[in-house]
Amino acid sequence: MAELIAAANLTKHYPTSRTTRQMLRGERPVVRAVDGIDLVIQRGESVGLVGESGSGKTTVGRLLLKLTEASGGTLNFDGAAVSGLSGDSLRRFRQQAQLVFQNPFDSVNPRFTIRRAVAEPLINTGVPRAERDGRIAEAMRLVHLGDFHRYADKHPSELSGGQLQRVVLARALVGRPSFLVADEPVSMLDVSVRAGILNLMRELRDRLGLTALYISHDLTLVRYVCERTLVMYLGRIVEDGPTSEVISRPAHPYTQALIKAVPRPRTDQSREDLPISGGLANAVSPPSGCRLRDRCPYAFARCAQEVPALLEVAPGHRAACHLTSPANAAAA
Amino acid sequence: MSATLKRSTNATLEVEGLRVSFGGMEAVRGIDLSVERGETHCLVGESGCGKSASALAIMGLLPGGARRSVRRLGFAGDEIGKLSERRMARLRGDRIGMIFQDPMTSLNPAYTIGSQMTEVLRRHRGLARDKAAERAVAMLDRVGVTAPGMRLGQFPHQLSGGLRQRVMIAMALLCEPTLLIADEPTTALDVTVQAQTLRLLAELQRELGLAVLLITHDLGVVARVAHRVSVMYAGEIVEQATTEALFAAPTHPYTRGLLDAIPVPGKVRRGDKLGSIPGIVPRIPAGFVGCAFRDRCAFAEPVCASNIPPQFASPDHAYRCRMAPDWWRATA
Ligand SMILES: Nc1ncnc2c1ncn2[C@@H]1O[C@H](COP(=O)(O)OP(=O)(O)OP(=O)(O)O)[C@@H](O)[C@H]1O
Ligand SMILES: Nc1ncnc2c1ncn2[C@@H]1O[C@H](COP(=O)(O)OP(=O)(O)OP(=O)(O)O)[C@@H](O)[C@H]1O
Ligand code: SF4
Ligand code: SF4
Ligand SMILES: [Mg+2]
Ligand SMILES: [Mg+2]
Repeated sequence: MAELIAAANLTKHYPTSRTTRQMLRGERPVVRAVDGIDLVIQRGESVGLVGESGSGKTTVGRLLLKLTEASGGTLNFDGAAVSGLSGDSLRRFRQQAQLVFQNPFDSVNPRFTIRRAVAEPLINTGVPRAERDGRIAEAMRLVHLGDFHRYADKHPSELSGGQLQRVVLARALVGRPSFLVADEPVSMLDVSVRAGILNLMRELRDRLGLTALYISHDLTLVRYVCERTLVMYLGRIVEDGPTSEVISRPAHPYTQALIKAVPRPRTDQSREDLPISGGLANAVSPPSGCRLRDRCPYAFARCAQEVPALLEVAPGHRAACHLTSPANAAAA
Repeated sequence: MSATLKRSTNATLEVEGLRVSFGGMEAVRGIDLSVERGETHCLVGESGCGKSASALAIMGLLPGGARRSVRRLGFAGDEIGKLSERRMARLRGDRIGMIFQDPMTSLNPAYTIGSQMTEVLRRHRGLARDKAAERAVAMLDRVGVTAPGMRLGQFPHQLSGGLRQRVMIAMALLCEPTLLIADEPTTALDVTVQAQTLRLLAELQRELGLAVLLITHDLGVVARVAHRVSVMYAGEIVEQATTEALFAAPTHPYTRGLLDAIPVPGKVRRGDKLGSIPGIVPRIPAGFVGCAFRDRCAFAEPVCASNIPPQFASPDHAYRCRMAPDWWRATA
């Protein structure tokens, strides 16, 4: 397998409003949305990205697709630096790499009909008009909106949330991209419709060799579609491994908490258990050392002093924790 | 007519015979439901079955072109089905809190979070600006937004999906409503934050007797928080029961299909296809008679094309299907 995406020390900081005190001191606080991540995605691989709300997942997706400029680090797509893309090469990149936005409601032009919205990538790449309708109907069938004629001439506000979410997915797929970033693509779908979409995602991977990054807090999606899963916490990747390992033997305390908190469709579960307590982490002034330490039940002295590196805990499975990574522990 | 349970007469919300149509299409076809003080009533069902349309209809917020009719719409003992728009507007955001599926219906992109939150308190509660800001910060803190002071100065597009959703939740709760109508309020939240948010709602229910009508496709969330559940299909409630009764003995074939489609951890192997219910929610023309599930139901008989009266599996478990309450035991 060859690398399609390779990022090193990728960083995105957003400026934030300053208090008077900060202004007087000449401080420029930033939101460290993505704070130095390394990431490789092989051609044909489906990778899951999970993590706490606000940890920077959407920002990573936008960086990979050059929808926002990085504050630092390097990023290659198919061997070429993404920062150097412009003109024709950028246009080609835009055709090959597609994004499914997290919020379907503000990612479709409200004045467009559904037919026009889904046609967008085809129009941009000059697919002849005669071919378009067939391609659109095919994409709509893939996302289980097979009764396309029912929606074709409607506007986004006339669709339900889950219908619109599938329209956005159809638009991303209609141009047959080679790389897809899908940000919470099934968050509004009920289980039965979602099952169909997850089956589709697996088919895209197995039959068409699509390379994809699926951003989701839905571990069902990740378990079912992605062979590898990354876990983010506060701008950093804290765990990276085969999905089955990450879910059944999570190495990082944050991942452990995440997996324990998944609500299950049974009524015998406790209604109150919550493994990680405390407020959410703060991306403006993250704690020193390990960023989880003020919420981690296992934190010890070293966690405040040293940033844990992402090190192997088992073959192909890495975690950034002083406790669970033997290599980290040995360095102590 | 829908499958519904007897109601006590002092419910916070009482809906009887609610219908909504868009042009010739009937989206909601006569539903009955009630939410008691301190109760969470969950509305579940396939994408496009009419959940959001029902919620918008209850709040008097259907878009132009939609038609609503309702036999009874009771809120805290008052009939609100015929209130003027001005008096409804006074209830909304005050005694009735709302969280919309489309975040941009709740949040104006042109104003900061702070000015939108303080505006609500100034309008409904007449609070001075600084008092209002104080309360906004406290509420953001309660829903797990860190650095709430900083967030007040941000615009909606500067927030991650989950942060935006928490801001909407905070805004809906600002005036300590009697009733909260929440349409998929946790789709953008990771499971740990989701658990925290659901716990906050439970606290408010205990403290204030808050009644919650919760639309969600996540049956894990339903099992965790609902007291009662209504399952919608093609604009009707086809099953309504206490949560325990529903999960113990789901009876309508659609409900059974919905629960079967949930992948059980450990049971789905890679390579397995996830179960989905074949077919799509049909388009219902005016004057449609019979069970709307019949073209997807494995048990359909000619009689299913005629009017199907509701039946009771137990006093707290109603459903609408021709089959006997325990039919599924024979097929298990
Ligand atoms: N345009 C922006 N300006 C300022 N801050 C921003 C901007 N976009 C994102 N942020 C901040 O960057 C951080 C990471 O945001 P991001 O949207 O990447 O999170 P996320 O992991 O996708 O979260 P969620 O699961 O809630 O969608 C958040 O604190 C967010 O408020
Ligand atoms: N403004 C509108 N004009 C015409 N049709 C509409 C309008 N709003 C909704 N509909 C249609 O009414 C039906 C019910 O929509 P609704 O939004 O209530 O679904 P939902 O149950 O909330 O689904 P989801 O889970 O996908 O959000 C859908 O078929 C939808 O296409
Ligand atoms: S490094 Fe320390 S604080 Fe961080 S996750 Fe590991 S034990 Fe917890
Ligand atoms: S009434 Fe008939 S078609 Fe409808 S769910 Fe029951 S058996 Fe199936
Ligand atoms: Mg996001
Ligand atoms: Mg909806």
